[in-house]
Amino acid sequence: MPPPLPREKSMSPRTEWIRGIIILVVLSLLPLIFQNPYTMSILILLFLYAYFALSWNILGGIAGQLSLGHSAYVGIGAYTSTVLFLQWGISPWIGMIVGAIFAAFAAILIGFPCFKLRGAYFSLATLAAAMILQIIVENTNNLLGGPRGLEITLLKDAPWQFQYTNKLFYYVIVVLLFFSVIGVTRWILHSRIGYYLNAIKNDQEAAQSLGVNLTRYKSIAAAISAIFTAIGGTFYAQFVLYINPEKIIGTNLSIQLAVMCIIGGRGTILGPILGAVLLVVSAELLHLYMGGKMIGLDIMLYGIILMTVIRFEPQGIYVLIRKFFNRFTRSTSPFRDGRSS
Amino acid sequence: MGIFQFKNVSKVFGGLRAIDDVSFSIDQGEIIGLIGPNGAGKTTIFSLASGFTPPTSGKIFFKENRIDGLASDQICKKGLCRTFQVVKPFGDMNVLDNIMVGSLLHTANMKKAQEEALEILYTLGLVGVKEQMGKNLTIADRKRLEIARALATHPKMILLDEVMAGLTSVETREVIEMIRQIQKRNITILLIEHIMQAIMSLSDRIIVIHHGQKISEGNPKAVSNDEQVIKAYLGEEYHELT
Repeated sequence: MPPPLPREKSMSPRTEWIRGIIILVVLSLLPLIFQNPYTMSILILLFLYAYFALSWNILGGIAGQLSLGHSAYVGIGAYTSTVLFLQWGISPWIGMIVGAIFAAFAAILIGFPCFKLRGAYFSLATLAAAMILQIIVENTNNLLGGPRGLEITLLKDAPWQFQYTNKLFYYVIVVLLFFSVIGVTRWILHSRIGYYLNAIKNDQEAAQSLGVNLTRYKSIAAAISAIFTAIGGTFYAQFVLYINPEKIIGTNLSIQLAVMCIIGGRGTILGPILGAVLLVVSAELLHLYMGGKMIGLDIMLYGIILMTVIRFEPQGIYVLIRKFFNRFTRSTSPFRDGRSS
Repeated sequence: MGIFQFKNVSKVFGGLRAIDDVSFSIDQGEIIGLIGPNGAGKTTIFSLASGFTPPTSGKIFFKENRIDGLASDQICKKGLCRTFQVVKPFGDMNVLDNIMVGSLLHTANMKKAQEEALEILYTLGLVGVKEQMGKNLTIADRKRLEIARALATHPKMILLDEVMAGLTSVETREVIEMIRQIQKRNITILLIEHIMQAIMSLSDRIIVIHHGQKISEGNPKAVSNDEQVIKAYLGEEYHELT
């Protein structure tokens, strides 16, 4: 019987608690600092995009399947809750759950033919799937509002209908969503699903030879990712109170979702957050300085950042920062545990 | 019928008849050596056996059930596992996690999987590199990891594809001992090897493949004396050495 090996370096429960409380305190203070509705909106968008990035990360980062059509799930979430609300007065809270279920089914359906494709072909296929959905919506004027989109009736203070005038309402919800996707990501990373997805990402043939059913596990990742993404879609719809196919199901959004994670660091938890912060902040700064001029400049900026990151640190900014901090902390073992935090 | 059987199996790739009407059977607990010149079709036999490619005709049996046409993950679940000639470690996972992927086949409990993986780690001498990333391993450790991962799935039969290629003589001797240990666990072994000394001393029986056909089968001494085999593969010099 081999002797017990020293425990993996992980934080003691007490340190985790302290870290959790500090984060909670900071988060509760943030809205007090940023009381101006404009800055509150930025804050909410920051959390929302980080949430979207983390949702994409489950399929694109952990499983390594580069989906370029994730806006389809944003759209399914947003349109399902909106249509159910406008047509039948169903609360968007319920619509959110229905949208999430639809998105999960869509992910599995899209996955079935697409997961058999390798690398770039898979990505192109997902891109096509989202485009098809966008075209369908743009051509369905009666129910789905066509290219002009749908406006959600302003109800002012109606929390049970997912609306409120005070943005604090949305802030609390988006922070909760943010932590829920982090929680699920951590659970996945430490479970059998996570190990299998990681294996598939590294070498799917080898994974298969060890008994891993590729399509099944990729579909599981896709479904979970789609569910979270769709929920974000409903949130966005209720926050902005207007959706149209170009913004919600468009290719731009799909690319943004993927690029945030790639720039930040796929597969980790901090990576997508960093990517989201970088992108949202730079987009807003651009807006401030350029006003409405030169639309599309933010996409150019993403392109430049993406090229820079891939050239110098393809694993993402997170790895850069980790290397930077490693210079200050000396680890006892010569080999670093490469598992994601 | 034995634990494994190939019955009139053929595999055609376009115009090439890679495997031509090959039949053989293996009994539980045996070590069978598969030899033949490069390109003879040995790895194709492994691919057929492990479900990476379906036979064009013929039947494959494992534990008396037909497995031809099944996917490789299904075959692994049934207890037949293979290693790859060009090793495929999970580069961005450390050695322990690599092995755990194998252990997780029969247990969803992470703690149990980790314990089992640790045990295999010890048995195969990988403790020193437990935390090292797959992509940073030496070739010898990669080969060991490949075997460790396959063993973690608790196979009844294992296919070892040139696990000694590229190793020093010391490392080769360690792998030979490893294979004997595997046999002691009552796991049936089918191995492809070019290192004659090793495969002749390990195997209970040898199967010789040439141009996709089985040209000889029998115990190592008989095979090395077989005219056909000498002509096709071994060469006069080895025959004189035995």
